[in-house]
Parts: sequence; C-alpha cells; structure tokens
Amino acid sequence: MPVVTVQLFASYAELVGSPAIVVPLAEGDTVSDLLRSLRSMPPASMLPDAPRIAVNRVFAQHSTLVQPGDEIALIPPVAGG
Amino acid sequence: MSRSTLVDRPIDATALIAEVTSPACGAIALFIGTVRDTNDGRTVTGIEYTAYLAMAEAELARILAEAVRLFDRPAIAIEHRIGTLDVGEISVAIVAGHAHRAPALDSVRYVIEQLKKRVPIWKREHYSDGERAWIDPTAPDCEVVA
Repeated sequence: MPVVTVQLFASYAELVGSPAIVVPLAEGDTVSDLLRSLRSMPPASMLPDAPRIAVNRVFAQHSTLVQPGDEIALIPPVAGG
Repeated sequence: MSRSTLVDRPIDATALIAEVTSPACGAIALFIGTVRDTNDGRTVTGIEYTAYLAMAEAELARILAEAVRLFDRPAIAIEHRIGTLDVGEISVAIVAGHAHRAPALDSVRYVIEQLKKRVPIWKREHYSDGERAWIDPTAPDCEVVA
C-alpha cells in the first residue's frame, strides 16, 4: 500500500515524540482521510482534531487530494515575529 | 526588489535598510521585533525559534509578492531569525522603501501581520524558573501580542 510521510514540528513533534510519521494512503484519499488515518495511529492520537495542514508547502483544504510523493506537514499554531 | 530569508545569525537592520535604499526612495519604513523579558506575568530569559524552513521561505516570498502588488511596488527586505535568542535580540526586521511614506508604512504593516498568521515559525519561551513552553497565539488564555 502506498504511504506518505507527514512532517511534524514544534509542539506537535513533541506530542508525538517524533519529527515525522509514515501514514498509509489509499487512492483518492483527501487531506481529511489522511488525518483520520493518522489519528488512528496510537502515537498521533494526542494531536488536535483539525490541525492546519500543508501539501507541497502550501496550506491545504481538508478536501484537497493527496498523492504519493506529496510533501505533507502538520502546522501547529504559528508564532513568528 | 524584494528579498526574504530565515537566518541563524544576528540580524543587521542597517544592512537591510541599505538593500532597499535607492535614489527613487522618498521614504523608508522599518519594523524590528525583539525578544521581550516578560510574557503573561512570567520572566522570560530567551526564546527558541524553529521553522518549517522550506515552507516558511516560500510563504514569506508569497507575502512579499502580495505587498509589492498591493502597495505600488515598494522595495522590501525581511530577515527572520531562527535559533535561541537572548532578551533584547532582534527576531525579525522588515524594511520597505518607496517614493512615498504611505506605501512604505503599509507594506511593513502588511508583511508583519501576514507573517504572524501564515508563516510556519514557532517559538518556545524559556523562563527564569527553568521551564519552557511553546507559544500558541490562538489559545484563549494567551496574551502574546508582540
């Protein structure tokens, strides 16, 4: 089964205990499906229900399709400046 | 011109001013963000900044392109620091040059406000009691306003 690597940063990386997590991906999966798969994996169950997510370095909608090879990242509340 | 960079060395605001200065400029606006010694009643001894570097650079470039389009093509330069900073150090500097003051000032304001909403940079405050905490500006009890 294809997979994607989801990058984690800052507080999310700390919650999960890792900077990345590999998630199985089915054909036609959207960001929303990916989040559901991710949250069913024990280390990721601590993550919030609807985090912001970036696909290929752009903020994505939960309806965005995810393809194998996409660069996926969960974005905790940003605090630059 | 517009230029954005994340850096892991001290920010030289004077060098940024020189970058946007030209004979066509009648106004140069500068914003500097610095590390404050208190937050929410606690004594802060430093702030650790981390980023999703590739996306942060891309998002900053998009914000600068928007400002150039919205405010009559100012020249803009921005640097944001990554790493652990002491109190008083510069975390971000934004400079805009234009023939007139309004586009210069408006550009700087636009860039810092958008940065705070959209650029994937995070900060963890270090406190005098040894504790550390990630700052979440969206949390209801958070008073981060810098």
